[in-house]
Amino acid sequence: MSLAIKIFWAFVSLGVVTVWGLTLGGIIYKIFARVQGRLGPPVWQPFINILKNNAIRTGVSHGIMFYLGPVFRIAGGIGTYMFIPVLFGSVYFSNFSISGDVLLVMYFIFFGQLGMALGAGEGGHPYSALAVSRGLAQMTAFEVPFALSVISLVIQYGSLNITEIVAAQQGSILNWTLFTNPLAVIAGMIAMLGMNMHSPFNIVIAPQEIPIGPPTEYHGSFLGLLATNRGVFNGAKLVLFMNLYFGGATNLIVLMIKTFAIYMFSVFVGASFPRFRTEDSIRFFLKYPTLIGILSILVFSF
Amino acid sequence: MEKDKFDDLEVMDLPTDEESDPGFTEWRKDEKTLLNMGLPEEERDWFCDARPQVHKKSPKIIEDFLNWARAESLWILAFGTGCGAIELRPLLTARYDISRLGMAPRPTPRQANLFMIGGYVSIKTLKRIVRSYEQMQGPKFVVAVCSCAINGGMYWDSYNTVKRIDEYIPVDVYITGCMPRPEAVLAGFDRLKQLIRAGKAEGQNLYAQNFDYYKANQKRIIKDWNMPDYNW
Repeated sequence: MSLAIKIFWAFVSLGVVTVWGLTLGGIIYKIFARVQGRLGPPVWQPFINILKNNAIRTGVSHGIMFYLGPVFRIAGGIGTYMFIPVLFGSVYFSNFSISGDVLLVMYFIFFGQLGMALGAGEGGHPYSALAVSRGLAQMTAFEVPFALSVISLVIQYGSLNITEIVAAQQGSILNWTLFTNPLAVIAGMIAMLGMNMHSPFNIVIAPQEIPIGPPTEYHGSFLGLLATNRGVFNGAKLVLFMNLYFGGATNLIVLMIKTFAIYMFSVFVGASFPRFRTEDSIRFFLKYPTLIGILSILVFSF
Repeated sequence: MEKDKFDDLEVMDLPTDEESDPGFTEWRKDEKTLLNMGLPEEERDWFCDARPQVHKKSPKIIEDFLNWARAESLWILAFGTGCGAIELRPLLTARYDISRLGMAPRPTPRQANLFMIGGYVSIKTLKRIVRSYEQMQGPKFVVAVCSCAINGGMYWDSYNTVKRIDEYIPVDVYITGCMPRPEAVLAGFDRLKQLIRAGKAEGQNLYAQNFDYYKANQKRIIKDWNMPDYNW
């Protein structure tokens, strides 16, 4: 397949995952509302919000980095997604998966957050800086069990390539990492709770007391870009977790079912548990999930 | 010979970072810019001195579509000045649930586009209302709840309470009652949505058009004006 066609299909799959990620966001709002006994917003509400935000007529700038913050964020989201093979065995939906892509993806997950931290800092609002420091601290903490879990997988499958990791899980449901390496999956899924920033790890955006977290100063199309990235990044993360732990997908229907189920895990935890403070969440991530991650590495090392 | 005001413009180069031209500030102060006289002199340059502009609408089909999106996604900046704010809480609960209307509370004025003034407005509060309103990015809509916000209500003859808010910022919808029940507030939201969809909720442009009128009214009431003339 020529490079031009490959790029074309990569952007098609980007569009698909953006729409799916935003729709998932709408479904999640609906589920939270139903848990609280409300009707909740329509499922397509995230799309309307993005449309409205992009139609805002005025804007205030705080400097170059303020502009670049959302750009870095969405570059991080797209970068993460572009190196993840979406459908196993499909030539069209394999993006730019290369050997060693799992390392690139882990880097890109960090990249957007760091860019956002710089941009939000330039906004000059004290709440932004406060939330950024909380966010980066928590991210560093959940990155530890996630990295340990990925290292365990790399030892188990002897490969840094996501496509090969997915290939090794084909054949039977019992070949999934979930059953062959449950300790790594537990560590990784707990790290995912932190990544998705639902309760109990939503102190970063602290919806009530620290107004909205890092994007306090962002408005209009800046916010539209950030909201779009939420769809891309959520989709990318879910596809990554599906590939690493749950045997990947061979068609879009399976992908939707599996990513929905994976997201539901963090939604159910979020709807049931109250929020950790930053120091508590860091302590939590560095305690049990980290120990489980180390254990999963030890199991496959000896 | 009388000096033309554009003479300076041709002579003067834009100051570089190294040399700050003391005449630069004065040159900018024509009728197009704001004077920010309320601020101490050394602080005046820290703030934007541009006036708000009237924004043109998009072509009708696009504008109608965008107005629909604006009406379906109202983010509230709740300004609980008085007892009317109590009636806003039930709106978020399971019984009334404004989230089904696409509405959500937003804690920062930058992201909100619906400003709710929940009750009487004292002179001290008016200053904060003006600041918050001007920090919101347009198109922005204002809903005033309770009779106190309409005519002063029980504070009608108070020395310290503003009676009509729309002399100071443009108000789209008033909701009467002391206090209005949540159903009445919902009806008010419905009315606001109709206005937005019809393209009649152009308070931001109204504010920009009649900027001098609103500023004069505000400054007549707010004696300790120590903020820029427009809070960008």
